[in-house]
Amino acid sequence: MRDRITEALKGHQGDYLEIRVEEAESTSIRYRGRELEEVGRSESLGGSVRALVNGAWGFASFNNVEQLGRYAALAVEQARLVGGGDERMAEAPAVDAVAPATLRRDPRQVSLEVKKALLDEYNRILWGRSAKVQTTVVRYHDAFRRQWFANSDGAYLVQEWSDLTGSFLAVARDGNDVQQAFMSVGSADDYGVMEGLHDQVADVADQAEALLRAKPVRGGTYTVVVDPALAGVFVHEAFGHLSEADHVHENPRLRELMVLGKRFGPPELNIYDGAALPGHRGSYLYDDEGVAAQITPLVQDGILVGRLHSRATAARMGEQPTGNARAISYRHRPLVRMTNTYLDAGPASPDEMFAGIKEGVYVIRSLGGQTSMEMFTFSAAKAFMIRDGQLAEQVRNVNLSGNLFETLLNIEAIGSDLTWRPEGGGCGKGGQSPLAVGIGGPHVRIRQVVVGGE
Amino acid sequence: MSDALHLLEPSFRSYLEQALDLAARRADQAEVYASESLVTPVIFEANRLKLIETKETRAVALRVVVDGRVGLASSSRLGQPATLVDDALAVAGLGAAVQYQLPGPQPLPALQLWHADAADWSSAAMVQAGQGMIDALRTENADLLCEAHLGKSQATTALLNSQGVTAAYRRTAVFGSLSANWIRGTDMLDVWEGDASPKLDLDFSALAERVLQRIRQAARTAPAPKGQLPVIFTPKAAADTLLGAVGSAFNGKMVLQGASPLAGRLGEQAFDRRLSLYDDPHAAAGVASCPVDDEGVATGRLPLIEAGQIRAFYYDLQTASLASAASTGHGQRGVGSLPAPGLTNLVFAPGDTSLEEMLAAVGKGLLVDQTMGAWAGNTLAGEFSGNVHLGYLVEGGEIVGRVKDTMVAGNVIQALNDLLAVGDQAVWVGGAVQAPYLAFASLGVASKA
Repeated sequence: MRDRITEALKGHQGDYLEIRVEEAESTSIRYRGRELEEVGRSESLGGSVRALVNGAWGFASFNNVEQLGRYAALAVEQARLVGGGDERMAEAPAVDAVAPATLRRDPRQVSLEVKKALLDEYNRILWGRSAKVQTTVVRYHDAFRRQWFANSDGAYLVQEWSDLTGSFLAVARDGNDVQQAFMSVGSADDYGVMEGLHDQVADVADQAEALLRAKPVRGGTYTVVVDPALAGVFVHEAFGHLSEADHVHENPRLRELMVLGKRFGPPELNIYDGAALPGHRGSYLYDDEGVAAQITPLVQDGILVGRLHSRATAARMGEQPTGNARAISYRHRPLVRMTNTYLDAGPASPDEMFAGIKEGVYVIRSLGGQTSMEMFTFSAAKAFMIRDGQLAEQVRNVNLSGNLFETLLNIEAIGSDLTWRPEGGGCGKGGQSPLAVGIGGPHVRIRQVVVGGE
Repeated sequence: MSDALHLLEPSFRSYLEQALDLAARRADQAEVYASESLVTPVIFEANRLKLIETKETRAVALRVVVDGRVGLASSSRLGQPATLVDDALAVAGLGAAVQYQLPGPQPLPALQLWHADAADWSSAAMVQAGQGMIDALRTENADLLCEAHLGKSQATTALLNSQGVTAAYRRTAVFGSLSANWIRGTDMLDVWEGDASPKLDLDFSALAERVLQRIRQAARTAPAPKGQLPVIFTPKAAADTLLGAVGSAFNGKMVLQGASPLAGRLGEQAFDRRLSLYDDPHAAAGVASCPVDDEGVATGRLPLIEAGQIRAFYYDLQTASLASAASTGHGQRGVGSLPAPGLTNLVFAPGDTSLEEMLAAVGKGLLVDQTMGAWAGNTLAGEFSGNVHLGYLVEGGEIVGRVKDTMVAGNVIQALNDLLAVGDQAVWVGGAVQAPYLAFASLGVASKA
């Protein structure tokens, strides 16, 4: 493969050229209702070429990897058609390396029979908890990718990634009222996260039934305490996306708002992102431009100190690449993406979290979130009212919203209990979803959060 | 249809025919589904052309049924057909029990899905159209930072099965989207619009003008109201925020599993009498039109709601067999998965109220154009709760100004039975949904104010 790729890189006139070839295999199993619904196996092979010519980009992706040279010429021709620009790549060492996946327990070594039997067991637990359970969906998916990468700077990389996810959905029904509860797990390197989930799976069924009894939350502005799993989603949505340099690098006004040294939160607030943290779903050795992974401080002592870069955004902003250029597959060009993002532990003990809250909401795990550059939202998987500092009745349909520039300043307390929960979801951006990311955080208390509702 | 496969490259065609032939010998039923596509977008960022792309894909899926169990294997490697057959058969040994029969050949509607003007649309012309939209925005407001994506797609779908089906069709689509970002202090405004069509008939000036109109209306900020209020959804907001939950509620699989709030309510007058909703796989302006679904069943227009009454749910073969129903021709899939019930072009019939009359009828309320995060709740039950990413205070029949820090929440299924008005024009949104303005009598509005 090395010869074919380097051969295709030769002879093209351009500022920069890179070629990726990727093969992947995946397995999926899905139960719906009481029965198995689908077992599938998939393999793929494809590649892409990205070319920078006179400061402008061309990109071609394809399945026919026999014709790398033709697609390289096509990418160059398209870049030329753009007619010039001021894009360039920041300097980065030309790495020559092989980075195999290091797996604690390789999902490919576990037979389909064993995986299916485990899912069947979990599905029966979901059905066994309550007569109100109307249907269930239990999913498992694993994928293994191997990528060959080379660029015109002389880098050559062979890298492997593994990822697996499991998810559990229970739907409970009472008359026309339908409620759902959901839980997921994921791992880059360990089939073991799928095992021993019996209690958590049972809780999903219990939650679906409990939601039938819960009242919808009343809309309004509340003090909110988020659990560690939701704190991870919070820091991803409420700050992480804004730290991706491709959102700010060509937006002068946003650059002013995101100037390094600006206060974003209280002195206890520290936020980091890094693929070099091992063992999470966003961990890797090199990004999709061949830049070595690192751990990037984004906020330290409440002050904005860094942001996430590709080689192109780093060049434009006069900063260093951070190894955050990622593509979900060979079909897409790399974008600036988060890897493992976490809000670091603070000084507050867990029992201080609720103290003094007259009326608030405690939110546990997330069903998803979204951000514009100004506002963010996320929805809670489970939520309780807080009254006079105590947990009170469960509520449902809790979706929260806030302003990115204000909400971090409204953090009142950061817990000492930093936790990485192996969530199975993923991040979406620019038509590329789901990208495996890691999220971590402790309990966090935030004032003045808008909660939707009637 | 005897040589529908002439649309495919000979080596690809030969791979598909060999795979089916080998599989049919070893399985009770076999089906090959293949797709080839070529998408070529031009991308503007920060007001300038940045990138031109070409994306080619080619992949195949093989479904086999052996002893009543189904197996699926898919590949874009396209090595030996026998490998794909071995994979599918191995999986079928552990696969789900099924009772359906794959369909045999049927007469298929003759649809005009391939348009030469779309296929011939050049990158240079796309660039010109994109630059024109950005110039129109920046001429009016030089502070705007714009992005635009314009492009075309050319796709071929082929389906062969052991019951004698050999079908293939190709279709074109052109698309254009435009977004503008305007920052004043820490106040940020993002407006986007996008259109798609099977042929090159998109009006890019009108698209740019829609963005400009939303920006002008947002020049002033208005105090956000709160409480139970009348709320108007624009066609774009209705398509993006609400119709996913509606589609899910009519999905035969959700109905069969009892996970739809409409389960067991066929024939019921569940919605406002002014509402009629169809899935129309033959709509000439729809980008999801197709003569046959992704498992060989001929397609046809399906009424879901007529005058507020629940008329039908939509099915694929597998769900239909479990529900003792017939497939409605809504088996949809990607290459990596088995078919499942899916919609094509969802068409909302217009009502009789103009936008002016609607604004007047609202009194004090909201007009919502873009929401954020509303998809992340209990959509099965039709519940939604989202940030009003772009919305306006309506008062005295006028759009007063933009509201911020506001959320809107409700239950779509219930809200569609409590309508103030249905707009008198249904417009295409993104090429696969046609919807009018919808005014809901009462939704929950929460705000920081």
